[in-house]
Amino acid sequence: MTIRKMLLASAAIALAAMPVSAFADTSAKKIALSNNYAGNSWRQAMLTSWEKVTGEAVKAGVVAAADPFTTAENQATEQAAQIQNMILQGYDAIVLNAASPTALNGAVKEACDAGITVVSFDGIVTEPCAWRIAVDFKEMGRSQVEYLSKKLPEGGNLLEIRGLAGVFVDDEISAGIHDGVKQFPQFKVAGSVHGDWAQDVAQKAVAGILPSLPDIVGVVTQGGDGYGAAQAIAATDRKLPIIVMGNREDELKWWKEQKDAKSYETMSVSIAPGVSTLAFWVAQQILDGKQVKKDLVVPFLRIDQDNLEANLANTQAGGVANVEYTQDDAVKVIAASK
Amino acid sequence: MKFRLSSDAVRLAIPALSLTLLLAAIFWLQPRAMSYGGLNLLLNLAVPIALATIAQMFVMAVNDLDLSMGAFVSFVACVTATFLKDAPVIGILILACAIAAYAALGVVIHLRKLPSIVVTLGMSFVWAGLAVLLLPAPGGQAPDWVRWLMTVKPPFAPMAIVASIIIAMFAHLIVMRCSLGVLIRGIGGNQRSVERAGWSVVAARAAAYGLSGFFAVLAGIALVGLTTSADANIALRYTLLSIAGVILGGGEFIGGRISPIGAVIGALTLTLAGSFLSFLRISPDWQIGAQGAILIIVLALRLTLNRIENREKLQ
Repeated sequence: MTIRKMLLASAAIALAAMPVSAFADTSAKKIALSNNYAGNSWRQAMLTSWEKVTGEAVKAGVVAAADPFTTAENQATEQAAQIQNMILQGYDAIVLNAASPTALNGAVKEACDAGITVVSFDGIVTEPCAWRIAVDFKEMGRSQVEYLSKKLPEGGNLLEIRGLAGVFVDDEISAGIHDGVKQFPQFKVAGSVHGDWAQDVAQKAVAGILPSLPDIVGVVTQGGDGYGAAQAIAATDRKLPIIVMGNREDELKWWKEQKDAKSYETMSVSIAPGVSTLAFWVAQQILDGKQVKKDLVVPFLRIDQDNLEANLANTQAGGVANVEYTQDDAVKVIAASK
Repeated sequence: MKFRLSSDAVRLAIPALSLTLLLAAIFWLQPRAMSYGGLNLLLNLAVPIALATIAQMFVMAVNDLDLSMGAFVSFVACVTATFLKDAPVIGILILACAIAAYAALGVVIHLRKLPSIVVTLGMSFVWAGLAVLLLPAPGGQAPDWVRWLMTVKPPFAPMAIVASIIIAMFAHLIVMRCSLGVLIRGIGGNQRSVERAGWSVVAARAAAYGLSGFFAVLAGIALVGLTTSADANIALRYTLLSIAGVILGGGEFIGGRISPIGAVIGALTLTLAGSFLSFLRISPDWQIGAQGAILIIVLALRLTLNRIENREKLQ
């Protein structure tokens, strides 16, 4: 075969292959989930959602594989090694819930340099080459006060339950709540305690601060602390204020009981663990060749009086209310960011 | 005449053998790892662990244990990502003070006859506190020269392997080929006889702790070079990893019996064990257990070999 013939042949092959690459099919692509922790109900729900949604996607041939990996210990160094292993395993995209926003940047950069798409969610990374799907925690705090302003137009004293001190999420939600109080000045934060996102801690903390507080009309929370607050307040002879819930099953169940008994009204808000599936679809869209902005905002999951029963029915005992996202949801989120 | 390996060589044989086996298994599972870039990805995070293991080895050589290693490396990482980048002179000064503090710890532990475990456990909270003060939120940036050093692509072998060999050789020279090293091992083996021979045990212990601090500082700098920025909790796992690395590499809890080359190999083995399990697709619930199982198998092998060695000596 002469060189000319060989050139012609390779040109023909290239032409034949062209339509396929222009179509940017993702059915041969492999996506991995790098997760740093699996030790609470939220993370378990996150992994279950991932298995369910990506399992169907793999079966339908949208992608070739979507394997979840969790590090044995919640440490940034372990997760960096895990990401480097994924590069070696030849994944096309890595969906990442990071142990640290900065300590994985080196490994994420290695992945980007190897041509891998990195999408971080929930625990996001600051490395510029990665995509970030962040929750607007500030809005989550502000919307609670807005809701209360509709229910209680005349305002009053609020009790704020905060999360784990020193964690970024706690600062953000709390800042949002205080922004909300500025926006609706009829409210005043009369007291604030740390509930560590745990019912028992919140119950103790609220029981401790209650005797020193004036009348409370509302309790603003961060999730995982509403049921504990309700227990602490129910133990006194105070009138039950509006306690904002955080989508946990025990909170929703308590709310349902109160609703049936004395038509108690409140709302519940938190980030859905199914956000992992949104990150999966975003990664799939990027692999598909779509232009996606590096910073996306995920909507949080809000439960109101009328859809309480439906959400409670869908929530496992001891779990968290959840939504799983579809490809269309991802397309919408991407479009909304533009 | 029968050919007999020296006991040092036997001590090295098991770690070297387990490393080779693991590496072969990984190459078989993941042929992509068998390249310049692949080896680097597989092993570059082992470089800071190897340095931390050498640091731990110096403390274990004098019959002590350092439980503050992880917190100290995290602290150094925070200094590297902040002061060493923005004000190199102050950064170097802080790191020098940290090494001096380590040497001072050695003196205090020796003079007051304090248990090193308690002192270093206490110090771990001090280092962790300082690290949080420096970087309350994760951040900072690696100095350019550190980043360059950790991503350099030398000819023939990737950075991770070249660095491991240099670290092993350097530590070997200090511990095995220099009088200070003999002294340090002597203290671990039999402190009283070293004292009677007229050596200053305080000075030697301070030197051992100082050297440990020095290598831990290198570990922190190397770690930031790989991660590009720091976090106050970045290296907490290094405390146990470094102890396991020393033991895997042929060292022992009773002082004096250490092997610097073995320690570096131990650190590499530990890192590879994690990758191996991940390539095997073992569920994370089982991974800690599996990692422990690898450790126990290697240690069991060593015990058997030690027994054979002892039996031969008796004959």
